[in-house]
Amino acid sequence: MATLAGAQTTPYAGANVWRAILEWLTTVDHKKIGIMYLWTAGAFGLVGMAFSLVMRTELAQTGTIISAETYNSIFTMHGSVMIFLFLLPVGAAFMNYSMPLQIGALDMAFPRINALSFWIFLFGGVLLTLSFAVEGGTASAGWTAYPPVTLDTGNNAEPPGAGMDMWLVGVILLGQASIFGSVNFLVTIFKMRAPGMTMWRLPLFTWTTLVTGLLILLSTPVLAAALVLGFIDRNGAGGAFFDPAAGGQPLLWQNLFWFYSHPAVYIMILPAMGIVSDVFGVFTRRPVFGYRSMVLALVAIGLLGFIVWAHHMFTTGGVFLPFFMGATFLIAVPTGVKMFNWIATMWRGSNIFPTAMLFSVGFLMLFLIGGITGVFHAAVPVDFALHDTYFVVGHFHYTMSIAATFGFLAGCYYWFPKMFGKFMNEGLGKLHFWLVFIGVNLVFFTQLLLGLDGMPRRINDYVDNPGWELMNMLITIGAFVSAAGMMVFLYNVFYSLKWGERAGSDPWEGTTLEWATTSPPPPHNFDSLPEIRSERPLFDLRFGEKLQDDPHYHVSNGHNGGGGAKTPSASAREEG
Amino acid sequence: MAAGAITHKRVHPVRSFLVGDEPMTTGLWGIIFFIFSEIMFFAGLIAAMLALHSDTLFWEPTNGAHRLEGGELRPILFTILLVSTSIPMQIAAFAIRKGNRKAMLINMGIVLVIGVAFMINQYFEWQHAEFGISDGPYAATFYTLTGFHGAHVIGGLLFIFAQWLRGLLGHFDAKRNTAIEAATLYWHFVGFVWLLVIFPLVFFLS
Repeated sequence: MATLAGAQTTPYAGANVWRAILEWLTTVDHKKIGIMYLWTAGAFGLVGMAFSLVMRTELAQTGTIISAETYNSIFTMHGSVMIFLFLLPVGAAFMNYSMPLQIGALDMAFPRINALSFWIFLFGGVLLTLSFAVEGGTASAGWTAYPPVTLDTGNNAEPPGAGMDMWLVGVILLGQASIFGSVNFLVTIFKMRAPGMTMWRLPLFTWTTLVTGLLILLSTPVLAAALVLGFIDRNGAGGAFFDPAAGGQPLLWQNLFWFYSHPAVYIMILPAMGIVSDVFGVFTRRPVFGYRSMVLALVAIGLLGFIVWAHHMFTTGGVFLPFFMGATFLIAVPTGVKMFNWIATMWRGSNIFPTAMLFSVGFLMLFLIGGITGVFHAAVPVDFALHDTYFVVGHFHYTMSIAATFGFLAGCYYWFPKMFGKFMNEGLGKLHFWLVFIGVNLVFFTQLLLGLDGMPRRINDYVDNPGWELMNMLITIGAFVSAAGMMVFLYNVFYSLKWGERAGSDPWEGTTLEWATTSPPPPHNFDSLPEIRSERPLFDLRFGEKLQDDPHYHVSNGHNGGGGAKTPSASAREEG
Repeated sequence: MAAGAITHKRVHPVRSFLVGDEPMTTGLWGIIFFIFSEIMFFAGLIAAMLALHSDTLFWEPTNGAHRLEGGELRPILFTILLVSTSIPMQIAAFAIRKGNRKAMLINMGIVLVIGVAFMINQYFEWQHAEFGISDGPYAATFYTLTGFHGAHVIGGLLFIFAQWLRGLLGHFDAKRNTAIEAATLYWHFVGFVWLLVIFPLVFFLS
């Protein structure tokens, strides 16, 4: 805690440790809340990683070390912790920290509700984790919690206990925190923008925050509905909702659950995409290629995200296959647009490769593999063959887990100087990148191969088909290599907080507004704002004078409506 | 359009009716987004109800009890009462837009009285229902949906009551009335959702 408080060298941070702690506990400052989200989610991420190492140790060879029940509990909590307590809140952390800075706002629209979101999130997370201590252990029905496994139907040998209820209530709380957060993000973007910051001048990360906010706002309540139905089903309704024996429908849960959980994939990946877009915009020393198409692709992904949920349920036989197959294929189009735009941004750019940029390029590679295997799954016949194999596990880890994590790690390296006024160590950063990059590819590419060979997921032991033990051992080695990489990262964070090289207000020659203030920013964010005439106000500030007469300059920055060349005076009038 | 031609913004009549002619405050935007999330929550519950009804072998209460019928007078009466409180609530908003705090307080008082009466009636409906929550999909749906709706009515009433007290203390005028507008929008939502909840339960799904 002392490290946390010490890092934020605002004149308001008290010298007294207790006062500093009290200040952090009662803060409504979006930057501090963002940093608290980051630390908390990072800690939960390490817990989730520890679970994955337990699973990999179990699966390294045939034969069992831990019981099937323990294994069920561990993989359930790995998924739940990683999704609800790591990926979603890390996205919220960056959205909290950077978005108000990027639009030149003082704070979020509702700072106190913002703090409330964080504390609800923390409470929900603690509730979820505490379920280890109750009788019967944690939820163990997978993070998807499909009934009737979650219910006491009389048929299951060990009916889930209080841990399942804690899981349901915990996730309801986390969802509530998300919803409050999303209202805050949306209103902040719509109402709190600095003068001149039109919608078409929002940095791409802010655009992803907007679309993510809409996805959270409209999909999370549906999960909440599913969760309360599940809770009532277990505590009173006697399975009337989800247990077929009592008149309920298991498919109803799946429909409601995936109506949230497919958009949730985009809720996790879109902020990472936004970070990567901003990082490319800085370290290629070019404007991001196709700014408008990036935004439209984002919106398209957001819209399509709502009509593809049933592709998780192809094999149930209860969904209309052609529609959901077609819609799922369609998502590849806007995603491809973004992919090509990122590559085109690097094309002939003056690329430099600090760690943030390395992680962004790594993101592209991982997301490409993840995206293409996703198109495999969209095809119903392929999905029927590969459903519930390690191919699925490899696919979704490549996209929403590892690619998103790479985006967030890029965000860590990119915004660390802004948050704490110090650079992260580049040498350690590069070591971190290569260890994790090699490790995760070893894990998940091997899982794709293993899945093609037919190994089912969610089992704690397997028969030694030719090659399976070797591949599982490779995966385990990869898991430990990436964990070692994350330890390097952890060391790097504390090392850099203490001994990191001091960073000025704009260490990367950034283009967006967060670099127009000190590092770390004062509580009120900005003493003064530069004139905002494009989506790259700091670039204009630095080079605008020099490029006054260059026709390309005004064309490439002509995102303020109408298209084509504009004189500075004309665009200035439009703002007025 | 020439620069400087815009001297005043023309406000769309629907927008003007719902939230007045003043610029939208952050609070109003917030409540509107929040209501959208609430709509999705009830959409999930109502979708569950429709799905259960369409595809279950035993919809009727499994203990053989009567379920609520369309012919009964009391549910209809209280439905009409609850939904019609949108009118005094909107009148209260109109009043404070003109700065008339007294009319606002009177109209909000009417809403509070009828709202509380509605909840008391809900209590009796639950007391007198012949089925319990574990008596099959209909029964479970009935208690879940009316229960969550009731929770939202209570939430809305507390919201309105808090603003009513603030009104007594002399808060709100023609310019500063975001909380009243927000309470009004929320109350419309609560009434509207009741129609979506009660009509299928009582009249349509048999």
